[in-house]
Amino acid sequence: MSEIRPVPFRGGGFRPQVRRWVGFVVFVLLIAIAEWGTRTGWISNLTLPRPSDVLATFGELWQSGLLFKHLLPSLSRLAVGAALGVSVGVSVGVLIGLFSYVRAGLVPVVAALFPIPKIALLPLFVIWFGIDEGSKYALIAFGTFTPTVVATYGAVDNVDRTLIRMGQSFGLTWWSIVRKIVLPGAMPGILSGLRISLAIGIILLVAAEMLGAEYGIGAYILEAGSLYDLERLFAGVVILSILGVIVSSAITMIEKRLLRWRG
Amino acid sequence: MELRLKNVSHAYGGTEVLRDITLTIPEGKIVCIVGPSGCGKSTLLRMMGGLEKPDAGEILQVGAPPEGCLNPLTYVFQDFALLPWRSVAGNIALALEDHRLGRRQRQAIVADVLARTGLSDFAGALPRQLSGGMKQRVAIARALAVNPAVMLLDEPLSALDAQTRELLMDDLIGLWTRAPFTAVYVTHNLAEAVRLGHAIVVLSRRPGAIRELVAIDAPLEARDMSDPGLAAKQQHLWHLMRDEARAADAELADV
Repeated sequence: MSEIRPVPFRGGGFRPQVRRWVGFVVFVLLIAIAEWGTRTGWISNLTLPRPSDVLATFGELWQSGLLFKHLLPSLSRLAVGAALGVSVGVSVGVLIGLFSYVRAGLVPVVAALFPIPKIALLPLFVIWFGIDEGSKYALIAFGTFTPTVVATYGAVDNVDRTLIRMGQSFGLTWWSIVRKIVLPGAMPGILSGLRISLAIGIILLVAAEMLGAEYGIGAYILEAGSLYDLERLFAGVVILSILGVIVSSAITMIEKRLLRWRG
Repeated sequence: MELRLKNVSHAYGGTEVLRDITLTIPEGKIVCIVGPSGCGKSTLLRMMGGLEKPDAGEILQVGAPPEGCLNPLTYVFQDFALLPWRSVAGNIALALEDHRLGRRQRQAIVADVLARTGLSDFAGALPRQLSGGMKQRVAIARALAVNPAVMLLDEPLSALDAQTRELLMDDLIGLWTRAPFTAVYVTHNLAEAVRLGHAIVVLSRRPGAIRELVAIDAPLEARDMSDPGLAAKQQHLWHLMRDEARAADAELADV
């Protein structure tokens, strides 16, 4: 008499699934631990500010109207700087992707520029572009430029060559091929590069406001840091985090619209 | 319009791929090119449409393209080559956009080729929503839209499953019977060649040279694969190719 048993299941797993609430729970848990630790004295006030105090500071900032006084200049610096850096970066990246001479000439330059900590160049930018907004725009533009270039020419390289041959075989003009085949084909890569570039832009915001800025989130954080005012420091950091989340979800929305064809 | 190849030879680096090909594609006929893999048949097709230059010899267009022809030499590719971000109608319109056509006229052409290929209900669909057979129908519709003088088909059915292949062959025969077109059809499938070709060019293994030109006189629409005459032709083609196909299969890639 032979034994009868079911075939054991051994498939499944290795496939990320959507678990929306988990991220939120982890956040709440971390904040709750910090709150509990600082209240019981297990975490000293010098190590970490109490989350509720940070929230109170944030509330004051909101009520006094200082929040927007700091936020608006920062946002405009980010917008102008990133718009400059990203648009020049995309154009240069496309040129590198399309022309062998441009590639041979500029890829080493970009590779040399990429690892330079842009903060180190701030004094230079102040001389070149002035201590006002000019140097801040330049720093953010420069910081977003290099990752955008690298992402863009990589994306152009990855456009399906058979599609380009198809365009040529139908007698499309060079400009039509670039506009209708190369650019849309490179769009997914360009957008994921944008995600990284804009995060770098937010990082550089603080650096840009190190010199000659009275208002701005970066200036606010730096001032709090030099006074060792942890509550204000953290309030500023939280604002940057929220800004990052907003920018990232804005790009997700753009991706959903522009890349609907990927399904 | 007729296409004439004169003593075409080509080499990649040191490897000779085509040797002294002289061939005429007569107007209104489908010429199939068969041969073992690596015999240069796709290269030859790319040369006919000007996507590649032969090292020696010339390729000539004889006579004027038909009236209203927008792109005399038009390809249908094995992997369809549809833009994934454009709808079916948008993909067909792509071939028309660089020509001076009115909006009306363009829409009329798109509607006409969609109707001829049975795709009218799919005009707004994206390529990813379509089956392989439907995608290739879109590519054929796009080729028809420019009213080509010669259609250059590069293994158009090779990426499809056997049943879809049968359906598309019927479609191609239907399209040809209603409005005869000139075509060069590259394939490694002998049944397709016997079904669709008025003439079949058999290439030898690398370097590709013409071994034999087999003519099939039976009209396309009347060809029945159970006909012993056609079966004998197919058998004959296979005899020509078998030893070389085996040698090609056993060859190590050195390039």
